[in-house]
Amino acid sequence: MPKVTVDGIEVEVESGSTVLQACEAAGKEIPRFCYHERLSIAGNCRMCLVEMEKSPKPVASCAMPVMDGQVIKTNTPMVKKAREGVMEFLLINHPLDCPICDQGGECDLQDQAFNYGGGRSRYELNKRSVDQKYMGPLIKTHMNRCIHCTRCVRFSEEVAGVSEIGAINRGENMEITTFLENTIESEMSGNVIDLCPVGALTSKPYSYEARPWELNKVETIDVMDAVGSNIRMDSKGWEVKRVLPSINDEINEEWISDKTRYACDGLLNNRIDTPFIKKDGEFKEASWKEALNFINQNLENKKTFGGLVGQLVDLETSYAFKKLFKNVFNSELVDFRQKDILFDTSNTFNFKFNTTISKIDEADFILLVGANPRLEATIISSRIRKAVKSGCKVFSIGDPGDQHYKFKVIGNNISILDDLLFSNISESKLLKEAKNPVIIIGESVLKSEISKNVISSVQTLLKDINKLDGFNILHQSASNAGSLILGLQTENLQKVYDADVLYLLNADEVNIDKKNNQFIIYQGSHGGENSRIADVILPSAAYSEKNGSFVNLEGRVQRSYKASYPPGFAKEDFEIFNDIAKNKGSNHNYVSFDSLREEMINEHKLLGIYDEIQPSDIENLKIEKHIKKDHLIEINNIDYYQTNIVARSSKTMDECKSVKQQPRKTGTEN
Amino acid sequence: MLKDTDRIFRNLYGDESFNLSNALNRGDWKDTKEIIAKGKEWIIDQVKKSELRGRGGAGFPTGMKWSFAPKEPTADRPHYLVINADESEPGTCKDRDILRYEPQKLIEGSLIAAYAVGAKTCYVYIRGEYVNEGKVLQQAIDEAYEKNLIGKNAAGSGWDFDMYIHFGAGAYICGEETALLESLEGNKGQPRLKPPFPALVGLYGCPTIVNNVETIAVVPTILRRGPEWFASFGRPKNRGTKIFCISGNVVNPCNVEEEMSIPLKELIETHAGGVIGGWGNLQAVIPGGSSMPLLPKKVCDNILMDFDALVEAKSGMGTAGIVVIDKSQDIVSCISRISRFYKHESCGQCTPCREGSGWLWRMMERINRGEAEIHEIDMLLEVTKQIEGHTICAFGEASAWPVQGLLRHFREQMEEKCSNLANRKIA
Amino acid sequence: MSGKHVAKNQPSSFAFTDENKKKIEEVLKKYPENKRKSAVMPLLYIAQRQNNNWIPLAAIQLISDMLGVTYIKVYEVATFYTMYNLAPVGKYFVQVCTTTPCMIRGSGKVVEVCKKHISEKQGHLNKELDSSWIEVECLGACVNAPMVQINDDYFEDLNAEKAEAIIKGFKEGKLPNIGSQSGRKGSEPIQNRTTLLKKNA
Repeated sequence: MPKVTVDGIEVEVESGSTVLQACEAAGKEIPRFCYHERLSIAGNCRMCLVEMEKSPKPVASCAMPVMDGQVIKTNTPMVKKAREGVMEFLLINHPLDCPICDQGGECDLQDQAFNYGGGRSRYELNKRSVDQKYMGPLIKTHMNRCIHCTRCVRFSEEVAGVSEIGAINRGENMEITTFLENTIESEMSGNVIDLCPVGALTSKPYSYEARPWELNKVETIDVMDAVGSNIRMDSKGWEVKRVLPSINDEINEEWISDKTRYACDGLLNNRIDTPFIKKDGEFKEASWKEALNFINQNLENKKTFGGLVGQLVDLETSYAFKKLFKNVFNSELVDFRQKDILFDTSNTFNFKFNTTISKIDEADFILLVGANPRLEATIISSRIRKAVKSGCKVFSIGDPGDQHYKFKVIGNNISILDDLLFSNISESKLLKEAKNPVIIIGESVLKSEISKNVISSVQTLLKDINKLDGFNILHQSASNAGSLILGLQTENLQKVYDADVLYLLNADEVNIDKKNNQFIIYQGSHGGENSRIADVILPSAAYSEKNGSFVNLEGRVQRSYKASYPPGFAKEDFEIFNDIAKNKGSNHNYVSFDSLREEMINEHKLLGIYDEIQPSDIENLKIEKHIKKDHLIEINNIDYYQTNIVARSSKTMDECKSVKQQPRKTGTEN
Repeated sequence: MLKDTDRIFRNLYGDESFNLSNALNRGDWKDTKEIIAKGKEWIIDQVKKSELRGRGGAGFPTGMKWSFAPKEPTADRPHYLVINADESEPGTCKDRDILRYEPQKLIEGSLIAAYAVGAKTCYVYIRGEYVNEGKVLQQAIDEAYEKNLIGKNAAGSGWDFDMYIHFGAGAYICGEETALLESLEGNKGQPRLKPPFPALVGLYGCPTIVNNVETIAVVPTILRRGPEWFASFGRPKNRGTKIFCISGNVVNPCNVEEEMSIPLKELIETHAGGVIGGWGNLQAVIPGGSSMPLLPKKVCDNILMDFDALVEAKSGMGTAGIVVIDKSQDIVSCISRISRFYKHESCGQCTPCREGSGWLWRMMERINRGEAEIHEIDMLLEVTKQIEGHTICAFGEASAWPVQGLLRHFREQMEEKCSNLANRKIA
Repeated sequence: MSGKHVAKNQPSSFAFTDENKKKIEEVLKKYPENKRKSAVMPLLYIAQRQNNNWIPLAAIQLISDMLGVTYIKVYEVATFYTMYNLAPVGKYFVQVCTTTPCMIRGSGKVVEVCKKHISEKQGHLNKELDSSWIEVECLGACVNAPMVQINDDYFEDLNAEKAEAIIKGFKEGKLPNIGSQSGRKGSEPIQNRTTLLKKNA
């Protein structure tokens, strides 16, 4: 490893590092604008200039590879002068509109001007004026503020996978834009706002909403899909104002999808903030007492009780729900499935994403089976894209449509799996030679009719080449994996739907065909289709308004935290269960969330181990005997911006649906 | 004065046709096969011995550049030779004459250079405006293909060699070798970060040697007449003959091939008919294309035209595009116009150049129009220092140096323009 | 000067002629198979020549699709290089070099001629909509300054009268001989030639 001296401090850094990294290793802060750890090196802002012995000019530390014996100086007059010079150039055409700029308070330019600038302005000529550019409903532009660092350009090409943003014209007339100011199509587009070191690209929905120092910031977990992206929720009073990514290299690195980022206004709309009871076909506001009594009256003479857990429900709530059914209703009919789907729960291996998210990067062969990662788990898709960039080949059974990377559809029948196994097609060779093959099974091929067959086929295929850990299920909902661990997959789903009493726990994704005399309780945070058919509606806290935990698709347990509080009369779910039990004369009661969590962990030890992936018991994995099957794969259509009730309540998501989802060509990159 | 028999470019003025038969008569393609048969090492060694330095502006030793190419190309990383014919430096128009009147010298030189660096493909990047020059070169290439001088087993050498023309489209920056490669790959011409250098990671990520037209075109003659012959002209480290472009306020503006290290005054007086109004009417000379700092008359009186002498005089040989400015010209507006050129041509990538070149020009204009205050002259100097050396490519220097040259030698004229403002204000 | 002028009125579609399709095939042969992007610049030229000296946006999209490059990448190229016209420039497009070597030999007078005989402002089509002029940076013919480029051709060693004659000439449908207007062939001294004299050549 090369040794480098930085300001007299000798540091050893990995070969292939840059001088900037060496400086950081030596504890020296290097200002920068264009450099970003997760993007290619542009070296254009020139802010990171340092002095290098034997070089007559200062060098851009972000772009200079380390070499053994280099002597770097970061605190000389030459460096100071260079930084001041660059800073002055950046500011001559930058408007002095910090007081009305949304970036104010969290602006790299502001901070670095303060720390490294010359503290005065000599430029008295007119500043450049650049038209604002339309980029769609999510990104607001103030192009006067742009410092041309090209982070957004590089992001769109390198991470999002479609180069939609570019820098047109040249010299001082260079402008960042999309082709003819089209809307950015990528589901990752919002990340350019975080990347933009100035206020040129800001969040449209968040514009003029708050100042960063007014916000209450909570590190938590995203539930818009099953990935479990780490996020930060910023709220002001009750309102969650924005969602930002938190860095987690194992999961989302530092990106989040647009749904994760922008569905948060859905937390403010369409909320149920008081109980309702239906009388003569019409909902009437009610007190908690009235509602609970109403439930009690209607539970008389009912024989079967079914519970359905929605896709945004945390582990503790699901656990307490199950207990409520067992202790109070004496029923085991609690399920989480809102469509025809069947998982194999004989071993946790069978329903996890076993490759793990971060290891996708190393894949050299990826086969999608009935999966559409771009829309089902956008972050996974960006990982696949990363693998593709380092040479991974992607194939798909079933056509999921444009994925923003090159892939080949090798058929649309699950019989292709047999062809792969018996080397009937050329891709078998690639699979067998692959060092890190990854097969991703989507929910579309887990319909009860074919689920077992697909799982066994894929496992047989991977076992055959001794790469079993390439077996992956791509869940779509945040509550899926947890529900499976909690044993919420019943033997007969229809029995749940048909129960005399159907208790919907924030479950709004399934069309309920309400029976005569069926009594439906809807408990949830948002009003939706299913709250309309309910007989009683109980207001509960949204995931952002309580603590909880979720298991992501890899089987990683992560905690989510309270970022806001429930509106009106809404309560946390377990408290409502307590009330129902009490009203029925049961002693089912959790005195606190912590005691609930404690009991759950006692029963399910693994759910108390956070942020790590627990290995499955592969040794005892029984692979079902493989049976050849002919079955056409149809990949479920995904209405990306409307996949859950929070997203459906979001105006921003609604706008995205109408603007972003119009099929439009951007051309394709080779 | 150089003898005509020692001039490499005998058809510099287009007295004869560019066509192959005339070129053969002038000695092109003589024993090319035998030259190549002597091997790469011999060729590179001969070029090194000739002390040939790149004729595109930077003056890098050509033989050394060639030796940077990896020994053997691999199947997935072929080598490329790229000829820089993006002649855009104001004051320079020498490559144009080679392209239109001596194209076979370039083609033959390209084959030899390509062989020496292991390249089988050569792209000639011609500035887009040289439409007709490009047409001539294409005809010359076609003729060479027809006679098997290039193509499979080029000139019987056993080396396969293809040559293609790629037109630029109006961007001075593409004369910078890595910007040129970007452009050739179908991108905006924005210079790349170095290292890695093109010799290792160049066109399409493969080892690539980029040479100026004149550099390559002199190679066959050097190899035929011997490096000692070439090195017999000019001072040590500044050897050979060179095409000088003499433009501006001279009686007979012209291109002329002369010996390196020739005194500037002799060059102008002998070949360009002297300064209009006589040597005494000389105000300044830009000796090496617009990016080189100008020299005032007193320096011009004795200066030699070579790399070292001009560096000593705080200027540079550059492309040897000599712009003569007589006393009838407003020197500030001459340089201000150069600043406008650099503002217009900045690629926009690096902050100092993108923001600074426009600022420089606007300050120059203020001074030129007499709108500036005297302290702005110091500020102008500081701004040039903030650009210089702080950019990815040498464009930063190119935009800063002409202004610095002006400040160095003609500050009085600038101050005079500013003091007019002071007078006006008082009045 | 701001960014590139893009025409407001755009044709709804663009297609290459059969002849140009053949040319494109030839162009693509120059570059490695997996480096088709290199053909962006030549294809933009072919489109520009086919379409009266300017490139409509539809052509940019077509070229992107042909080469498998995103629209914005081709658009970046088309706006970066000055020679791609994204708005009509007329049948006769006059580019006057005004950089220092031409400036000190009187390019200002050539500009005056253009203002007088084409249009008052550069970059604007004349009344007849058949020509326009712009000031450009160094065209690389400095020893033949001042000079202009009209479409593909250079007209060198000008002065006001000669420039006027050229512009009047094309208005009457005839261009003078290209190259120097002072009787020399190339870049040799106009008089008192000192080198490459016939007896030595």
